[in-house]
Amino acid sequence: MTGAAGPPLAGATGGYGFTVPVLRLGDVLLVTLQGELHDGMAEQLQHDITSRIAGSRVTGVVIDISGVDIVDSFLGRVLAEIAAGAGLLAARTVLAGMRPAVAITLVELGLTLPGLRTALDVERAMELLTGDPRDGERSP
Amino acid sequence: MHVSVSEETAEQQPAAHQVSAFLERRREQIAQRWADAALFRTVFTVSRDEAVEAGRAVAAALAAVAASGRLEDIRAAGFEAVRDQLGRMAASRARTGTDPDGVAREVAALREPATELLRAEFDDPNGREALECVVALTALMGTLRLVVMETTVSAGEEVIARQREQLHEVATPVIKLWESTVAVPLIGTLDSARSQVVMESLLDAIVAERARFAILDITGVPTVDSLVAQHLMKTVAAARLMGAECIVSGIRPAIAQTIVHLGIDLGSVLTRASLADALAYALSRQGVEIAPLRTADPAADAGVR
Amino acid sequence: MTASRHAAPATLPIGSDADLAWVRQQVRQAAAELGFGLVQQTKLVTAASELARNTLVHGGGGHVVLTPLHTGQAQGLRLSFVDSGPGIRDLEQAMTDGYTSGGGLGLGLSGSKRLVQEFEVDSTPGGGTTVTVTAWATIVPPTRPGL
Repeated sequence: MTGAAGPPLAGATGGYGFTVPVLRLGDVLLVTLQGELHDGMAEQLQHDITSRIAGSRVTGVVIDISGVDIVDSFLGRVLAEIAAGAGLLAARTVLAGMRPAVAITLVELGLTLPGLRTALDVERAMELLTGDPRDGERSP
Repeated sequence: MHVSVSEETAEQQPAAHQVSAFLERRREQIAQRWADAALFRTVFTVSRDEAVEAGRAVAAALAAVAASGRLEDIRAAGFEAVRDQLGRMAASRARTGTDPDGVAREVAALREPATELLRAEFDDPNGREALECVVALTALMGTLRLVVMETTVSAGEEVIARQREQLHEVATPVIKLWESTVAVPLIGTLDSARSQVVMESLLDAIVAERARFAILDITGVPTVDSLVAQHLMKTVAAARLMGAECIVSGIRPAIAQTIVHLGIDLGSVLTRASLADALAYALSRQGVEIAPLRTADPAADAGVR
Repeated sequence: MTASRHAAPATLPIGSDADLAWVRQQVRQAAAELGFGLVQQTKLVTAASELARNTLVHGGGGHVVLTPLHTGQAQGLRLSFVDSGPGIRDLEQAMTDGYTSGGGLGLGLSGSKRLVQEFEVDSTPGGGTTVTVTAWATIVPPTRPGL
């Protein structure tokens, strides 16, 4: 946790100057969320992911949120909708790396994201998607 | 008078000013006498010099307070220099079992030796000037007592708060049972504060041990009301968000009945009768099977007959 | 005990996405300085994010006032979200889980209430809305040097 005061993001990110890295690993899209995510960026991301799945043979999406220090109901909704949208396109989504403080807060907020698969970290998420038999998951 | 003080203050409170000068001038004698008083003698048991040194510091602080004219102000800047020292002294007395009343009496007992020395300064110890100075010193010593009491109370509160924290941590160890499997054996009543600690330590352990399974064993929890059930369900939900599966074990028959009576729906929570059952479940989900070793001598099995 | 450094209340505008991000950062920093633990910080920042978004989306923008509180040993942070929007017509309904007028999950008000210790809504139809929340840092006494 850094207490350092960042400069106001307004202006510096006009049109959301930084982007969310989306990496393709085989049949899986790895999306890494980090730091502050503006509402507009989150919605843009949702759109991007859905179109990337539609335009390829992606069968799984891993959203790594280990670098995210809060998830509010807005971002929660976006994540749930990404998973639902991916599901419609026959891709499974795994939310990976949620921090303990974020998990506690989400539960208190009343947001338990029941439809989302979760994993401790990206490695575990990939295991889930590639069907490691130890988890009793069917391979895709 | 050579103590630096604003003219105004000096004019308004000549007695305070005089007391300040006296405390400066007779600091050594006052410290010597205080070193023999119960408060200093019992705190500084190692050497008398230490007690005298502490006495000097207190006398100097009092002189500074008197110079500022704020005889009855426990926030007077002059006290800052000795506030920590007084706090340690009060805490030290508290540790040896002296109650706050006793500490207050010991501080009050410092007044007499100082007043005696002050009276001796005057040609007429019963004169008006002497009397005014004694009254000023008495007020100052009363304020000192309040300052000590305040540090005593806050030191006590700190101790209680720290002990409460420690108790929470001590009472909720998270144990690694197996590769990727952690457990918290809960013992005693689960209130909100403790549930919070349990949740946080379990989730931290999930990260630290890269756990896939987390077992909450409530064998040692005497009662489960709707609030406790709610805490359990929140913990289960938070663990799931982090990618771990949570198992609640050790629900005794009486508690199971209460849960049903209260209409609490633990339906979404995976439960097992005992910690052993929960561990067996976690192991089998990870492809680990526990079977008795083949005994070398088959007759050993039959030997019971 | 020691004279507390009374930080003055700070007012931050809420008029855009970027402002929401800035409010989150400032609330986190203020909470950290007041000694809030990581979980407490996360809860308060999340509540602030929900409420600031309400101010932006439902109130048409406004501002938030951050006030550090010091009472005896307790350190707290009070946040007042002020807008001059249409106000809340049915407060009871607005406080219900799942009720939404703006396409969200409907957890903004009811959810953030669970993340703080004190919660107050002042709203008149047509006269704007002020939501004030307060959170207190759990009293973990600082270790005193030399004790």
